[in-house]
Amino acid sequence: MALLRPRDVQQPVLARLLDNERALAAVLLAPAVLILAVFIAYPFVMGVWLSLSSTSVGNPGRFVGLQNFLKAWNDSIFQTTFQNTFVYTFWATIFKLALGMWLALLLNRHFRGKRFVRAAMLLPFIIPTVLSTFAWRWMFDPTFSVLNWLLYRTGLIVTKLPFLSDGTWALWCAIVVNTWRGMPFFAITLLAGLQTINPDLQEAASLDGANAWQRFWHVTWPLLKPVTIVVVVFSIIQTFSDFQLIYVLTGGGPANSTHLLATYAYQIGVATGLLGEGAAISLFMFPVLLAVVWIQLRYLRRLEGA
Amino acid sequence: MAQVVLKDLNKKFDEVHVVKDVNLHVRDKEFLVLVGPSGCGKSTTLRMVAGLEEITSGEIHIGDRLVNDLPPKDRDIAMVFQNYALYPHMTVYDNMAFGLKMRKFPKAEIETRVKETATLLGIQDLLKRKPRQLSGGQRQRVAVGRAIVRHPQVFLFDEPLSNLDAKLRVQMRVELKRLHDRLETTAIYVTHDQVEAMTLGDRVVVMKDGLVHQVGEPLEVYSKPRNKFVAGFIGSPAMNFIDTTISDAGGLYAETTGMRVKVPADRVSRLAPYKGKTVTLGIRPEDLREAAGSDPHDLVFEALVEVVEPLGSEILLDTTVGTHTVVARVDPTVRAKHHQKIRLAFIPHRIHFFDNRTEEAIV
Repeated sequence: MALLRPRDVQQPVLARLLDNERALAAVLLAPAVLILAVFIAYPFVMGVWLSLSSTSVGNPGRFVGLQNFLKAWNDSIFQTTFQNTFVYTFWATIFKLALGMWLALLLNRHFRGKRFVRAAMLLPFIIPTVLSTFAWRWMFDPTFSVLNWLLYRTGLIVTKLPFLSDGTWALWCAIVVNTWRGMPFFAITLLAGLQTINPDLQEAASLDGANAWQRFWHVTWPLLKPVTIVVVVFSIIQTFSDFQLIYVLTGGGPANSTHLLATYAYQIGVATGLLGEGAAISLFMFPVLLAVVWIQLRYLRRLEGA
Repeated sequence: MAQVVLKDLNKKFDEVHVVKDVNLHVRDKEFLVLVGPSGCGKSTTLRMVAGLEEITSGEIHIGDRLVNDLPPKDRDIAMVFQNYALYPHMTVYDNMAFGLKMRKFPKAEIETRVKETATLLGIQDLLKRKPRQLSGGQRQRVAVGRAIVRHPQVFLFDEPLSNLDAKLRVQMRVELKRLHDRLETTAIYVTHDQVEAMTLGDRVVVMKDGLVHQVGEPLEVYSKPRNKFVAGFIGSPAMNFIDTTISDAGGLYAETTGMRVKVPADRVSRLAPYKGKTVTLGIRPEDLREAAGSDPHDLVFEALVEVVEPLGSEILLDTTVGTHTVVARVDPTVRAKHHQKIRLAFIPHRIHFFDNRTEEAIV
């Protein structure tokens, strides 16, 4: 006499485990957690540890507390660097936002060749930074500067401008290049935001008696705010931790006057080999970026809640 | 308060001619409805009046001003959009106040006006809400409120009810009509819904392919359509069209397979030239009824019932006569079953005839 057994009694262990929601969640999350742990958490913790140690190339080092931070803080090059980073980020972001917005508003209109212009606008963004920055470096070159040549020939200047040979000039040159490079990202993102705004609103506002500026200020801008906040925060993070552009354009010079935190940290930590001090310098970025991200998250949460 | 005059108005988008020589005179305080199938140019015409669309040629006068080159804000008009176009980031109050703020009204007056208008529309409790917290009907009211709070010379409505569900649409239709009676402001209203057109309009303008086909009071357009298009577009269910041949057998008859109708006496002289030719006979479903024994046989025909649609207050019968489909709207007391034959009678003075070539009504 054969007994009929219910099938589920013989279900394999794995299948039963996957039926358990908690176990399944753990399995599905594991790869992401692993990647985050190896590539984000470990280097970050390692960085923090290095910044608190006297490690240098060839020397495992020991715990020195906040000594690296204090040393950096009292270092005049670091002070310039710290200030440069804020000036660079602030102005570059302002310019990118203003010009990007202007471009986006222009591109949101209908005109012949619109697609071509939109695509062409992305060029500065697509070209590798190192390449385009090299091109800019030639344009700013003390001897061969095409800009100086043009300005001189048109009679606008009588002596050559010290583009990269003067510290203040050089930093502004870097801001210009950063703006040139980052503007397309602003323009494209803002343009995408503009296109989600119902064109009827513009028409309604114009019937309500608003002129072009009032339509922008009272209708377009408030509706574009969420997109703007996101793109500005993104840009602040990237600009604040910028490395490539300065490294290629000025290398931090002349006389260490154009360093940003990232390039100076590299200079001290890698080029000089003082890993602990370099890590401390780069960690100065952390509180600033944390604050920016926190503000953004709070704002976005408020938007969702509203 | 103002009249609106459109003179030889034309609009071309590149090569597409969407509004063709439109001439209209909207009288002061009138509620004029532009109606037609989509793509007939009615919305474009409205947008040209609003100043949102450039005029290719022709003239638009509002009041006694030529407004061709005036920007929308200087035309003293207000418009209600199909999707409401409320400013999503502003409260209901700010939405309604925006136009007044832009025109630099004093704050106190803005507040009085907004509150007055909100009360008129029954939205006084919603003033602090944002548009997304409102239902469709409430949004519609706010959109109307934003238009009327400014006391403009002319209201423009661009299919304002088409985003509402059927029940709400009927309700808002009545409210709009009441509102117009109260405000007495000239209004131009665009819709593709002929019921809306008939119920709201003091006069109705039927458009198709950029051309005005007929302008008239709703009942006039309904009972005396100028051509086959207007006849078929106005009225639901639509008018039946039957190709018939005019023959003379001691009086004129319109004949087709299964049907032989005597041409009413007052139409004989106009139809005489069509003897031996084909004309379209038009009859509305409601102008057919179940034949009684006393009906003259030359107004009666036999039809095969295909579908019976009882609507409670009436019954719609889809029938066939020869090769033609004929819809009849009969009393609910009529007992008709599908696949059975029924005898239907014309109401003679409601029969329409249309020239087959020009599609113009023969009257």
